[in-house]
Amino acid sequence: MHELGITRSIVEIAERHAREQGAVRVISLTVQIGALSGVIAEAVEFAFEVCAQDSLLEGARLIIDAVPGRGRCRACGAESAMDRFTYACPHCDALALDCIQGEELRILELEVD
Amino acid sequence: MCIDCGCGPTDHHHHHHDHSHDHDHSHAQGKRTLRIEEDILAKNNRLAGNNRALFGAKGLFVLNLVSSPGSGKTSILERTLRDLAGNIAFAVLEGDQQTDQDAARIAATGVPVHQINTGAGCHLDAHMVGHGIEHFDLDALDILMIENVGNLVCPAAFDLGEDHKVAVLSVTEGEDKPIKYPNMFHAADLLLINKIDLLPYLDFDLDKCKAFARQVKPDIEILEVSCKSGAGMEGWYAWLAQGVSRKKT
Repeated sequence: MHELGITRSIVEIAERHAREQGAVRVISLTVQIGALSGVIAEAVEFAFEVCAQDSLLEGARLIIDAVPGRGRCRACGAESAMDRFTYACPHCDALALDCIQGEELRILELEVD
Repeated sequence: MCIDCGCGPTDHHHHHHDHSHDHDHSHAQGKRTLRIEEDILAKNNRLAGNNRALFGAKGLFVLNLVSSPGSGKTSILERTLRDLAGNIAFAVLEGDQQTDQDAARIAATGVPVHQINTGAGCHLDAHMVGHGIEHFDLDALDILMIENVGNLVCPAAFDLGEDHKVAVLSVTEGEDKPIKYPNMFHAADLLLINKIDLLPYLDFDLDKCKAFARQVKPDIEILEVSCKSGAGMEGWYAWLAQGVSRKKT
């Protein structure tokens, strides 16, 4: 359940930015979570309400931007979906997929007041 | 109080962060959108970077041992520390939710050890390691072993500043662990398949296990060992010696 610590970091980072901008509250925040990041979006959603208590994020809406995984094969160059760690290319079977998308774990933006 | 992370009794918060400062500081009120694009693990990664720089400056080879509970990480360490005593100077950071039982086992080998209890935490992070190493004389060491909390999920996400994650998988666990917990085996550079002395009594398919591991990490190195019988341990010791000499040069 490392999502609890991850969610605490989300609140800490968002609150710091909001304070720096003189905001009194955060209305919503958008968080990007890649399919290969090792973080479960539902667990972050579950933890968010508790972690946001007594911060500028209390009551804020959490918007999760789920990023699907994509890989590119070093052998044949084809791109394919990669929603779990498997390095077998579905086009040529080589164990040569490079992950090009899906490891994201970022706060994108805050809507503040 | 530590100057890197800002923790301590005064809880003074340093504002290290990497984003550009081109945003508006006018403190104008009203509804607005702030585009921040900050990595959620940035703080851990920054502290891990500090650890890595320190380890690099000291020429210290650092391993992060990860596995499920009961795979034999502590037993592998005990045998390794005893067998290599006198040749390689070790220290061990022990991570567990509670108790210092593993630290007591390591201390019995004569190697410096420090226990980190994570409480409810399911993994070590770079901050804990940064403070844990304050208990050692890093100049006197060749290898720092960090035994992570037994957990095949969470430790995969946290860089501690180590040179390599070493995954331990015992043959009593089933050969499909690498594809069931892919993030962890993807993050590891070396896989130790432990307890191979038990293979005659089990249905564990060694070849299948290796194929599964390579499916999630094509270039993972794999060594078969038994810390009980000693089988295969010389390969692990050679791998350690190579790592030490690489870091010293």
